[in-house]
Amino acid sequence: MNLFERYFTGRKEPQLDTDMIWPEGDESSLKLFTRRFKKHKLAVAGLVVIIILTLCAIFAPLIAPYDPTTVTDSFGAAPSMDHLMGTDQVGRDQLSRLIYSARVSLSVGIGSILIAVAIGTILGLISGYFGGWIDSLIMRITDMFMAFPYIMLILVVASIVGPGLMNMIIILGVLGWPGVARLVRGNVLTLKEAEYVKASVVLGYSTPRILFLHILPNTVAPILIYATSGIAGAILDEAALSFLGLGVQPPTPSWGNMLASAQSLTVLTSQPWLWIPPGVMIILSVLSINFVGDALRDALDPKNTK
Amino acid sequence: MAPGSPVDMLISPQIPAEALAAKRIELGLDAPAYVQYLSWFKHLLQGDLGYSMITYEPVMNMILTRMGPTLLLMGVSLIIGVAIAVPLGILSARKQYSKLDYAAVTGSFLGISVPNFFLGLGLIYVFSIWLKLLPSSGMTTLGSEGGFGDILLHLIMPVIVLTANVAGRNIRCVRSSMLEILEQDYLRTARAKGQKETLVINRHAVRNALIPIITVLGMEIPILFGGAVVIEQIFSWPGIGQLTMSAIMSRDYSTIMGLNLTAAVIVIVANLLTDITYALVDPRIKYSK
Repeated sequence: MNLFERYFTGRKEPQLDTDMIWPEGDESSLKLFTRRFKKHKLAVAGLVVIIILTLCAIFAPLIAPYDPTTVTDSFGAAPSMDHLMGTDQVGRDQLSRLIYSARVSLSVGIGSILIAVAIGTILGLISGYFGGWIDSLIMRITDMFMAFPYIMLILVVASIVGPGLMNMIIILGVLGWPGVARLVRGNVLTLKEAEYVKASVVLGYSTPRILFLHILPNTVAPILIYATSGIAGAILDEAALSFLGLGVQPPTPSWGNMLASAQSLTVLTSQPWLWIPPGVMIILSVLSINFVGDALRDALDPKNTK
Repeated sequence: MAPGSPVDMLISPQIPAEALAAKRIELGLDAPAYVQYLSWFKHLLQGDLGYSMITYEPVMNMILTRMGPTLLLMGVSLIIGVAIAVPLGILSARKQYSKLDYAAVTGSFLGISVPNFFLGLGLIYVFSIWLKLLPSSGMTTLGSEGGFGDILLHLIMPVIVLTANVAGRNIRCVRSSMLEILEQDYLRTARAKGQKETLVINRHAVRNALIPIITVLGMEIPILFGGAVVIEQIFSWPGIGQLTMSAIMSRDYSTIMGLNLTAAVIVIVANLLTDITYALVDPRIKYSK
């Protein structure tokens, strides 16, 4: 039984080594996981925030009072009953734009991490399992990627392929894999020496079967933790890029490009409703995801005996 | 090749198409990309980074004049950030689950979750616009001689933003590294032989806990570089970051190439220094010849 199943289904037979790690007797792993996770009050709050944000993103057309790109009657108006959060300089409803932006941030966060994890996991598995020149080749490529400051590399690539939501997801995904690859490779290097992997080799299982059915499930926990903080990072990167004008372009609303308007002094000084809410939304979502990531790290840590 | 070139940025009704074509040939942009790259590489081997396609200044000069402000900004932020993160992380670990611990950990989460451009804007709003205490842009006051005090005033806000990032990322690293060490048997041994608690912590725990931190600090350099790009843009800090943004916006290829090369060299040198310090601090680590 692999580690992942053990976390989420429960143990069937007592094992000597794991009994020392899980001293709770009959407590199922899912229960154990929930109990550990719930100890992090902030993470539970974070999870609630994430769920609300996700619902907002999915049902944006139902919740938002206006269309985010339609120009309404007032320009740069302060919050009022008609426009709960005011309107921007072009006259679009600020609240609706905030709600629709959740779509951008969440899809960039999740989409780019899925790409990064997919590339990184496969390359990491191959690199760690086969070793030799394949390993050297893949690791030198990750070194090359990591030698450039991440944001600078993204900026250059973004300026070359052009802005836009899809491009953001692809850029952040394609540039984000080296970290995952190194993490997976490191895990594979230890797991490769484990008895059950050697047994699979002796049993004559095919290499893909060993890699994906025996080694991969045992590295899921660290990948999951890495991916969580990766989502937070990607949301921040998207916001920074959109803020600099190289990310998601108006009229599509994104918290980053909404903040970009605050680079003008009039907005910064006299229209705080235009730049404080998107900033607060970024902080709220990134903070929540980071809290959840931290709780996951604790709850999935096999060294944790509490 | 990338959409848009420095020449496309010149397109306007006043300039005839022939002039643009001539300009393209003059800048060597008519050649295929690989030819341009090889020519760039050949010059690089002679220590020549070429000329900016916009200002015609040597790229090397542009980078060197802008390097100082960026290194100043990054250096000060790194030092202050570490000076906050290390003691706070150690204290936090020693008093685990105390109020201080919760405050430090929550603060560290805030440090990594607040987008630095938003923090920068917030600081400008509070300190420059509202309180009128600090200058919001540049490195020196326009028209003045500059001088130490003036630069210091301009340095405060950008440094606060970058420091919040550095400290935020490192407090939890120091804390968890320290927590791990505090459970080691040799600390119990040290206490058992009657050593004072301060000595146990300073001599045995901290020294061992800081070894993994060195690696984390090495990784700080590329992240700080990225942060500097955004921060310099907001505070109009005349450094590498601002140069990068303007070069990207005007598709100034030779400058972009030079900047990325410089950044990569700095990152690699930082990694090398990390490895060397690692061996110096931890006598157990030896690099085979």
